[in-house]
Amino acid sequence: MTVELEVDGLSVELAGRAIVERVSLRAGTGTVVGLVGPNGSGKSTVLRCVYRALRPRAGVVRVGGADLGPMSARESARLVAALTQNSSGELDFTVAEVVALGRSPHLRGNSPLSAREVALCDRAMGQVGVAHLAHRSVLSLSGGERQRVLIARALAQEPAVLVLDEPTNHLDVRHQVDLLRLLRNSGLTVLVVLHDLNLAAAACDQLCVLSHGALVASGTPAEVLTEDLLRDVFGVRASVVEHPLDGVPQILYTLTDHVEGEDAR
Amino acid sequence: MIAAATAFLVVALLVSVLAAISLGSAVIPFSATARFLWAALTGGTISVEEVTQYQIVWQVRTPRVVLAAVVGAGLSAVGVAVQAMVRNALADPFILGVSSGASVGAVSVTVFGGLAGFGVYAVSVGAFAGALVASALVYLAARSANGVTPLRLVLTGVALAFGFEALMSVIVYFAPDSEATSTVLYWTMGSFGAATWGSLPVVTAVVVLAVVALRWTARGLDVLSFGDESAASLGVDADRLRGRLFVITAVATGAMVATSGAIGFVGLVVPHLVRIVVGAGHARVLVIAPLFGAVFVVWVDLVSRVVVAPRELPLGVITALVGVPVFITLMRRRGYLFGGR
Repeated sequence: MTVELEVDGLSVELAGRAIVERVSLRAGTGTVVGLVGPNGSGKSTVLRCVYRALRPRAGVVRVGGADLGPMSARESARLVAALTQNSSGELDFTVAEVVALGRSPHLRGNSPLSAREVALCDRAMGQVGVAHLAHRSVLSLSGGERQRVLIARALAQEPAVLVLDEPTNHLDVRHQVDLLRLLRNSGLTVLVVLHDLNLAAAACDQLCVLSHGALVASGTPAEVLTEDLLRDVFGVRASVVEHPLDGVPQILYTLTDHVEGEDAR
Repeated sequence: MIAAATAFLVVALLVSVLAAISLGSAVIPFSATARFLWAALTGGTISVEEVTQYQIVWQVRTPRVVLAAVVGAGLSAVGVAVQAMVRNALADPFILGVSSGASVGAVSVTVFGGLAGFGVYAVSVGAFAGALVASALVYLAARSANGVTPLRLVLTGVALAFGFEALMSVIVYFAPDSEATSTVLYWTMGSFGAATWGSLPVVTAVVVLAVVALRWTARGLDVLSFGDESAASLGVDADRLRGRLFVITAVATGAMVATSGAIGFVGLVVPHLVRIVVGAGHARVLVIAPLFGAVFVVWVDLVSRVVVAPRELPLGVITALVGVPVFITLMRRRGYLFGGR
């Protein structure tokens, strides 16, 4: 089951300060939508409302047309899985145990996993390439391995929507690319916060740009990632070029203050 | 493997209880102990010359050993829950101000009187009330708009514990007699010496209910140990679960402290020992830890009353003497990683 994710007029206040103001965005069925913006622009806050760690002051989050607001935490966790930041825990569970916790919103009390659910967890571990680590302690894994274990847990949750908060943090290039390819191929509706704009451009069908808690642009990467936007929102000078292999927009940043041949502008 | 370990520990517990009832400053043969217990439980008869031994077995040692088992089980299970609840490896059942609150309650009753309606249990009731008041204060002081975060809970507990201890010192300092001092000593060191059949049922019922309730929340504890954000995404309302855990652990710890004082170390170390052996999953830990804790404390209590008999060593001395080396050895050998690298 894969459905559409809709964030409608979301406003969040923390300690009396407006963090996010009337943000609306849409992730079509099975698409990957990237949420980008400078530090402190409210990306994580929007995400936290989607996985219900935060209650918005106003606005609704809908999954497949159903409002998450009145649902119990368990009900919404069956629809939305999340990969949060700093979420690896401190107890030495085995990898298989961590992945099995993805089933908890579907299970009552301590009831054990069914054979189907065990197979589902095994498949999830296989999908992200951690099956061989199943009996290892999560605390003994590298950062990249841990991240993949948590993605397996999210997949085992069988959600309709997957949200991820900077999932490529601490990953080397190959694992970053692998992870984003996995998201694209998962068939799920994905909302992902990314810092690396080039990866975002390559991986996402749509990009939404947040600045100071408000949505300032959205559309395909080619529509959104312009030199003007990079200057105005991110405060950097850069050229946007087409990738020679697949034609997605890629950004070339420059550190120099004065660029040759730019005087005419 | 867990089923086998459980069965082994149940047998070990029964044997330990029997051994602890037989042994002591006066050694009573196992066969006689078993016969006396059987007679007591079934209303059988014993001969006149056995009455003294029967009294030792049934009136003195049995309640004491049963209390040791109950408190050992309770402290271990509560320790597991508190460590998961506040996500801190150094947490134990007393970190939330319960023990110092209980001491204030007990000392207040000793010095100022009151609660006379409870007769010989007045001091215990005072300790229990003190423990609950202290817990409630810690919880309310730690509470903010975003709920109760683990670190705030720990810090508030530690801070208020200092406050309660200061209050207790003031009461003892100005107390007219030395009874207050011995009450304080009793409550801070812990002992099963005051166990009677009358005080046993309440604490046993509370501990059994608490262990069952915690075991029933095992998966919730697993999820909670990954932090509030993860918990939310897995369908667990961390704040609400923490509130429920707080009530369970505070009431259980309060009941235990009221009957036997603050027995340290058990609630801190048994959870770690058990996790090192059976892994972190709370469904397993919350079966093995109470059983192991019960066996451990029964033996600790036995050792405390035989090594320098007829005097008794404080329980904390034995728990530390046995527990510290075992704990450090296991931790080093198994590469235990609570708290990451």
